Amino acid sequence: MRFFALIAVIITGALLIYATVDMPNWGDPNSPANIHVSPRYIEKTIEETATPNAVTSVVADYRGYDTLGETTVIFTSGIICILLLRRRK
Amino acid sequence: MIGRFDNVIIQTISRLLIPPIQLFALYVIAHGHYSPGGGFQGGCILGASFILMVIAYDIKEAKRMMSEKVNTIFSSLGVIIYSGIGVVCLILSANYLDYGILNKIMPVTIAEARALGIFGVEVGVGITVMAVMVSIFLNLASGGEHEEAEE
Amino acid sequence: MEFIIGKFNYWIYIVLMMIGFYAMIAKSNLVKKLVGMNIFQTAIILFFISIGSKKGATIPIIQEGATGDAVNQAVNVARYINPLPHVLMLTAIVVMVSTFGVAMALIIMIFRKYKTLEEDEILEIMRSEENK
Repeated sequence: MRFFALIAVIITGALLIYATVDMPNWGDPNSPANIHVSPRYIEKTIEETATPNAVTSVVADYRGYDTLGETTVIFTSGIICILLLRRRK
Repeated sequence: MIGRFDNVIIQTISRLLIPPIQLFALYVIAHGHYSPGGGFQGGCILGASFILMVIAYDIKEAKRMMSEKVNTIFSSLGVIIYSGIGVVCLILSANYLDYGILNKIMPVTIAEARALGIFGVEVGVGITVMAVMVSIFLNLASGGEHEEAEE
Repeated sequence: MEFIIGKFNYWIYIVLMMIGFYAMIAKSNLVKKLVGMNIFQTAIILFFISIGSKKGATIPIIQEGATGDAVNQAVNVARYINPLPHVLMLTAIVVMVSTFGVAMALIIMIFRKYKTLEEDEILEIMRSEENK
């Protein structure tokens, strides 16, 4: 059983390493992830939101709706722990 | 499941350290604009201070500080603050969560109104994260058995 | 050599991912499987953050225009790293903590019913209950 698990892990790892041949180099400033929309966020964050911290302005203002969904996720997990574990005495 | 184990060094140090830890957590939430920080990070530190209380003392002592009822009220208060700010923006005839319209009720420019909206939202997120961290830890550590189970 | 320097960060995180993956499928204790899942998620978060780095750049806290004197200079984008992977991984970390809490609650309920945490013993008890 463990032998088959080891074979599956090694095959998956080899396929993933073969897939990284096409990925951009580490630290490349012209990779597709770095030129798509984040230059606009970095350039406009002070004049539009008066917040020097680019991560906070993106997470709470430009992408604020995702943070609302995430707060709901963590609230739901707190409620689930209460509902599953409380016992009636 | 966590019994009381009295150790003088741990109890003294935690009694000295818990107020500065909470103060630092509020500092991290408030300075989210100018340095690394924000709502999630400060909320985790604030929850960690209550968990330190459970580790150093007993679960009953920590429940004296923050009972279960207050915990569940706090965890929903954060989500209400977040969506409440969005609904206020909706009432003032802008899009949902569009903080720029808040300069009609406060004497600031549009960019500073957005910064104030970001701050209010981060406070809500910090309160929810703190309450849920403490609540999950108390439920898992005691296995669900509470002495005063209000049903 | 340039090829190895350009890609070795991906390879390290893939090794970490495979360690977590092996722990999830080969161990038979439920808590060890959960720890493997946690290692897997941590490796994915680190992999994603390493995509957004730039050579010779600093943290994304904009210094032009923050203080009073240097107001409204043009921001040089290549000086700051990409903030977008950090934003997405904040959500991923919170989801990691939530799944861990709910999984632990389920493990406590399984222990209350079957009195053991080994996967093969639980399957045996379930089969013998079904055959009665």
